[in-house]
Amino acid sequence: MIRHPGNPTILPAAPLVPPAARSRTAGGLAVAASQGRFALQVCADCGRSQYPPREACVGCLGARLNWRDVPTGGVLSAASTVRISSDPYFRQHTPWRMGSVRLDCGVDAMVHLHRDCAVGGRVSMVLKLDKAGQGVMVALPETDINAMQSDPKFRAFTCDPAGRRVLVTDGRTTFGQAAARALIAAGAEVFLGIAAPWHPFPGQNDLPGTPMTLDLTDGISVQNAAAAIGARVDIIVNTSGYFRPGAGDARAAMEVSYFAALRLAQLFVPALQARAGDGTHPACAWVNMIGINGLVPDPAASLASAANAATLALVRALRPTMRPLKLINAFVGPLDDQWHQALPPPKTSTAQFAQAVIAALRDGVEDIAVGDIARHILAQWHDNAAITLHA
Amino acid sequence: MSSLAAFAADLAAGSLKIVDLTQTLAPDFPTIVLPPQFGQCAPFRMEVISRYDDAGPGWFWHNISVGEHTGTHFDAPVHWVTGKDLPNNTTDTLVVQNLIAPACVVDCSKDAANNGDYLLTVATLEAWEAKHGKIPAGNWVLFRSDWSKRSGADYANVLEDGAHTPGPDAAAVQWLVDRGVLGLGVETIGTDAGQAHTFTPMYPAHTLMHGAGRYGLQCLCNLDQLPPTGAMIVAAPLKILGGSGSPLRVLAIVPA
Amino acid sequence: MRQGYDGIVVAAPVTIPYARYSVHGAHHWLGRALHGLVQAAHLAPKDLDGLCVSSFTLGNDTAIGLTQHFGLSPRWLDHIPMGGASGVVALRRAARAVQAGDADIVACVAGDTNAPDSFRATVAGFSRFAIDAALPYGAGGPNAAFALLTDAYMRATGATREDFGRIAVSQRDNARGFPHALLRSALTMDQYLAARMVTDPVALFDCVMPCAGAEGVLVMRESTAKNLGLAYAYLRAAIERHNAFPDDPIQLRGGWAMDRDELYDMAATTPDRIGLLQTYDDYPVIVMLQLEGLGFCAPGEGPEFVRTHDLRLAGDFPHNSSGGQLSGGQAGAAGGYLGLTDALRQLTGAAIGRQIAGLQRALVSGFGMINYDRGLCSGAVILEAV
Repeated sequence: MIRHPGNPTILPAAPLVPPAARSRTAGGLAVAASQGRFALQVCADCGRSQYPPREACVGCLGARLNWRDVPTGGVLSAASTVRISSDPYFRQHTPWRMGSVRLDCGVDAMVHLHRDCAVGGRVSMVLKLDKAGQGVMVALPETDINAMQSDPKFRAFTCDPAGRRVLVTDGRTTFGQAAARALIAAGAEVFLGIAAPWHPFPGQNDLPGTPMTLDLTDGISVQNAAAAIGARVDIIVNTSGYFRPGAGDARAAMEVSYFAALRLAQLFVPALQARAGDGTHPACAWVNMIGINGLVPDPAASLASAANAATLALVRALRPTMRPLKLINAFVGPLDDQWHQALPPPKTSTAQFAQAVIAALRDGVEDIAVGDIARHILAQWHDNAAITLHA
Repeated sequence: MSSLAAFAADLAAGSLKIVDLTQTLAPDFPTIVLPPQFGQCAPFRMEVISRYDDAGPGWFWHNISVGEHTGTHFDAPVHWVTGKDLPNNTTDTLVVQNLIAPACVVDCSKDAANNGDYLLTVATLEAWEAKHGKIPAGNWVLFRSDWSKRSGADYANVLEDGAHTPGPDAAAVQWLVDRGVLGLGVETIGTDAGQAHTFTPMYPAHTLMHGAGRYGLQCLCNLDQLPPTGAMIVAAPLKILGGSGSPLRVLAIVPA
Repeated sequence: MRQGYDGIVVAAPVTIPYARYSVHGAHHWLGRALHGLVQAAHLAPKDLDGLCVSSFTLGNDTAIGLTQHFGLSPRWLDHIPMGGASGVVALRRAARAVQAGDADIVACVAGDTNAPDSFRATVAGFSRFAIDAALPYGAGGPNAAFALLTDAYMRATGATREDFGRIAVSQRDNARGFPHALLRSALTMDQYLAARMVTDPVALFDCVMPCAGAEGVLVMRESTAKNLGLAYAYLRAAIERHNAFPDDPIQLRGGWAMDRDELYDMAATTPDRIGLLQTYDDYPVIVMLQLEGLGFCAPGEGPEFVRTHDLRLAGDFPHNSSGGQLSGGQAGAAGGYLGLTDALRQLTGAAIGRQIAGLQRALVSGFGMINYDRGLCSGAVILEAV
């Protein structure tokens, strides 16, 4: 069931964001959160964990503080409920539960607090991206595996497709069709964009969701689609892109990747942003399917590398301007499609992609790698981007 | 009275009328689609430069992009490998005298309108001549199929084995070349039939016509408003340097 | 044993009456405090050869910019960004400067302005840790940090809201005789308990009202004060401590516990001989921590102490003579001077409100800077009447 926004005769809740300013160092929290990790600075000299993020070790003053995964357990020291806040975003969301947790790694953190956490009890910590796109500490009950969903306030940290309307931009591909099917199974209502409907394509007689004409290479088409459904769509899953090996028509490649994303950004996403604070299921995310070769260029796919790099650069540059929306990069490796017949496995399958998109939306992460190749390359990049790019 | 003055007077008096044979150049108009491993003809695209706004407060204009063979368009001989070495074979070197020429309209709509595999044959052409006289050299031959009255998927009519749209068979094309026609004009996306890749030679309208230095006109419409003979066609492509063709406005001047 | 503050006195308490909002900048309020000091001591501005400033709302200015702004040429200058500990710390540093001869008359001032959005802006940019790790969690500001301390303190000690209410209600009673206090209407326990929750368990009357205002005192040698004909009190002892007990999961004690013995030893006195206690009271829970940390009761016994003592001026344990910030308002850094100026008035027999009879000794405590999850600065001075 699709939950409707609030009373249409009154101004909708504005798309506000919580306090967004952070030190550069604290950006490490967002990096960890965007990958679904729980990482803090750990001193390379004495091993002490640090929080809040620091420039020198609180134990030995050493400067070698590296972001490392740390244990997620802790004990709730105190709890409170903010009923009056000076911040406009939190004024929209009060009462807001928060607390102080002594983590098992020895630091004390103020946290967003799940309604079922009791003072003195153990909690399980996660780092989540808040509506400002910053990494924040969230304390959950240790035993509730569905904790991010069980506290309605925590919807602010996730983009669960259940009850939301989703536009999947390119239904001409099996990846778009698979994503649409998975989203419907996850409880979403799906519009499925079809470019050049006069030209046949596989699966056209059994399309999931509501097919509609949408050609991301044509600004007029994007404008028309935005006019038709822009006021209703809560999530965009953009599966348009250039994922072929080798070289090819560079302009056409840029049209279906970079320019396609740019047209969405200019003509469609603003409609989502305007409704990103409204109702129980506000507009919340824009997902882009991006080749991992956009992050680490692939000599066997130079054109796709450039096209995906352009899309990736665009999305990253837009992120801060698009809050409170989450801009999710779904990095894919070589696709399991006709263009990669000669390539041995592993390849990214339609099922892997569809499930990864659902998981990313539910977890509220912003950078996911789909399939073994993309995961491996992303891990290499995180390990040492300079070496990865040089090699 | 000179013939031009008479022409002007007839136009003014309405005893001659202009028929627009051109489809509207729009982003969603179907284009030729080659197998995916080949390069593709760009569809028509337009983007606003300014619309009386901060990018241009008092004026409105677009930037457009388009393939040479998109929408209602002209094929020059250089378009095909068989015509690549001919003189005056590109859009900028075409003999301008040829850009206004009379047309013979071969109406096959009765049989072709509902048959994507309809082929124009020598027999049909000979029957036409029997009725209307010999096709003069230097005339356009316009193949009326009424496919311009279709749109979208019905117009492109792409099935699993490719497009199924009417066109001439190889013998008919050779027959037209031998008649010395200026070129072949059609309502479908190509001068060749949709299944012409199975013909011998492949794509005869392209292979034989362009090999003989003749022209093509595609995606025409309103052929049903033309007489079998007596229409003058104004079909002047853009003067693109070394171009293989171009979208254009095609006009027919016919007796009212 | 640390060297004492022999012969160093504090004089000329100045309070510029607070205002909820001001159209003027902090410079205006600090200037008025300095003007009040020179007028009270019959000095010319050039006679001030030492200056110590505390303020949150000076923008990019610090004490050095103020010398030019105010036409002063001091030979000793300090800027103390320690909020609620500024008064205590300023006194301590100025006393040493005078004692060493680096300055003769040090003007110690604190003041801030307040516009409708000033407090939010100050909170929003308060500190790196607050920006990185406190503000994003509901943006409750200091209310939220103190709510967590209060929650933990209640669980640890069994304190009830009524216990905190005793502090707020008694201070309101003191404020009723202090015309500068912004909140002087009677406050009953029922009203305190019925107030709306702000950030559980901190309710409306646990919070201070941000306002504009300024406070100041002069620090000099006793002989100077005599020559100027000023009433004064002796500085007998001073302590400060920063970031005490950093490994406590949550702040249930301040730094006083580390230095309190030295404080009383220096002053050759004991808690039971303190006639007036001026705590820093931006939330009642911090008063509890001071009662315990300064030795008026054992750790965890703050609630029992306030149940068994009368904290009003006329009571057996006079506390926060002017009504504190809970009734007077919090004029930014001037809140760190509020107890100091009124203790000085009480010790010199110049009380604005009710005078405590025969007062010999006052302890003024400071607490400040919720940099992240706890107050980092703690300090205290003992002043003694002549």
